[in-house]
Amino acid sequence: MTWTWFHRLGSPPHVYRLARRLTPWFSWSAAVLILAALYGGLVLAPPDYQQGEGFRMIYVHAPTAWMSLMVYTTMACAAAVGLVWRMKVAHAAAAACAPIGASFTFAALVTGSLYGEPMWGTWWEWDPRLTSELILFFLYLGYMGLRGAIEDTQRADRTSAVLAVVGVVNVPIIHYSVTWWNSLHQAPSVMRLGKPTLAGAMLWPLLTMLLGFTLLFVALLLVRLRAEILARERNASWLQEELAA
Amino acid sequence: MSPEGLQAENLQLWRGERHVLRGVGFSVQRGSCLHVAGANGAGKTTLLRAACGLLHPESGRLLWNGQPVAADLPAFHAALLYIGHEAPLKSDLSALENLRYWIGMRRRVTAGALAAALQRVGAAAWSDRPARTLSAGQKRRVALAALSLAPVPLWLLDEPTTNLDGEGQQLVGSLIEEQLSRGGVVLAATHHELPVAPARVQRLELAVG
Amino acid sequence: MAELPHAALTAAGRVEADGSAAQGTPVLAAARLVLERDLTLAFRRRGQLIQPLAFFAIVTMLFPLAISPELARLREVAAGVLWVAALLASLLALEFLFRDDAYDGTLEQYALSGQPLTGLMFAKTAAHWLLTGLPLALIAPLAALSLGAPPGAIPGILASLAVGTVALSLIGSIGAALTLGIRRSGVLLALLTLPLSLPVLIFGARASELAIRGESIVAPLELLGALAVLGITLAPLASAAAVRISLE
Repeated sequence: MTWTWFHRLGSPPHVYRLARRLTPWFSWSAAVLILAALYGGLVLAPPDYQQGEGFRMIYVHAPTAWMSLMVYTTMACAAAVGLVWRMKVAHAAAAACAPIGASFTFAALVTGSLYGEPMWGTWWEWDPRLTSELILFFLYLGYMGLRGAIEDTQRADRTSAVLAVVGVVNVPIIHYSVTWWNSLHQAPSVMRLGKPTLAGAMLWPLLTMLLGFTLLFVALLLVRLRAEILARERNASWLQEELAA
Repeated sequence: MSPEGLQAENLQLWRGERHVLRGVGFSVQRGSCLHVAGANGAGKTTLLRAACGLLHPESGRLLWNGQPVAADLPAFHAALLYIGHEAPLKSDLSALENLRYWIGMRRRVTAGALAAALQRVGAAAWSDRPARTLSAGQKRRVALAALSLAPVPLWLLDEPTTNLDGEGQQLVGSLIEEQLSRGGVVLAATHHELPVAPARVQRLELAVG
Repeated sequence: MAELPHAALTAAGRVEADGSAAQGTPVLAAARLVLERDLTLAFRRRGQLIQPLAFFAIVTMLFPLAISPELARLREVAAGVLWVAALLASLLALEFLFRDDAYDGTLEQYALSGQPLTGLMFAKTAAHWLLTGLPLALIAPLAALSLGAPPGAIPGILASLAVGTVALSLIGSIGAALTLGIRRSGVLLALLTLPLSLPVLIFGARASELAIRGESIVAPLELLGALAVLGITLAPLASAAAVRISLE
């Protein structure tokens, strides 16, 4: 009985309709939270005693970095579900996640560079977090490249799913090795992201932004998922009826 | 009806957008042969590969001796030999070496057995030349030699008579008939006729769709 | 034609002419056959064996020409140069790990052999390492000397590359299996394999660097070894899965 919802999630028509119904909820709440977080971070929160106004970039950088990792994990989980249970919808979800995650990663790199520039004096430093983000970006590119290179949809799904699972196992290893590498050399100032050091007024915009981005991710995922289902099921009868109605 | 043999129930399989197998079913008893016929593109190779367990059908079941194949795929694979369009020969190895590695991975083959098998298919004279120097017909004969080296109960043959002359086709016929007499099962996909006594052959016609 | 007793043709189909059950090949013997076949094939085309090594040598040579002939300067970057060259050379050799087998149907027969495909993938990767990784590790000390490394660094460089190339072969086998059947997949293979190989590069280059400086390489070597062991346990699983998917 408890597995019925799981199996229904495997049905493209069900997911298609569910996604359409849920999208507005997620997109509106995301918009509200992101605006609130921006207000809180840019206006309400005090400037950092050391970094001044530049510190405010952290309110965007930290959540995007966190999201880039979370989306990759979600993508890998969806891919694993698709592999094990042979669920087309799970593979469609993984495919939908990839560009969103890559965008978050790119945003994290750009905001990270903007955040660090006042501190470092240069636009880029090989600091462990940024380097890990860069590698994650290449992992996303590799995943999307592999998908694009295989014409047959089912084979592309399953092959890239193996890659996603291998990647997610590697991410902690890569992060560990990059941190290890960085600690060996004269490290440039590591980006201050420690949440305990943030005072309350600085903490809530950060968390709100994180929640807002999460809801944004879900909204974007739902939209892309519907597009994926449309593309994959375009010859299916249920879709013809759906679109005719 | 004894459950011995290979059964397929309502196999549905898509290749990309094409619905290649639409509810294909068959039941091949021990000692009989299934001739999968149909024009090019009808899905003969697809059906054969699905029957091997290489392709996963969207729905439907495959049963070997009454047991679902999916339950123990390695045991099923150990019980079958599949020969596709091209014989899986390495061009730099001789026919003898190719067979030794190919079949040796499944069961121990002695030098004597190898020699006898190659003799049977008329390959004794050229069995130690590199496979790239062999003609298509010769390569097919080497593949046939593999059949007599590994007496597994299930044979899946894709176009077994291609590139063979009349004598070669007779050879295919007698190999299949021996297998059937042993109580084995043969699935042969070909758009030609099989050189086997019709009494032991069931026919499954696939249509392009 | 005499009919064999029905019972002789068991479900597993192993039978001798006299009706007794024959030996199915155990997986270790099958893996050894796979290894033996790959090594035999490679030695039949001996000329191709030195290509990755030649590539390694050429890439190493690029750096003095591009940077400076001063050994003192080269020594500072020697470890990095060696490792980047080794990484690129092993990438080049990876393309052919499964290619021929996929084209002539051998891979299909491996999947249908009834043997655990994981074990066979491990055997193939082992053959690849013996033919590419190990020779690279053996000529790397020469390249290191040409970049100003002291002779005392040779054991350390050899050890780090020997262990590191094991990990590289294993990680690379995953990429090679994933890109089977994709035309002109060289760049994609590199794009997939390089990020996954970065930990090996980091630890390996560090080990070589310490060797050149005359310090103990135990710490990074242990980490390299851990990566190799992790690779041995997990990579063949992933490659086997990818190979099965490519056969679908």
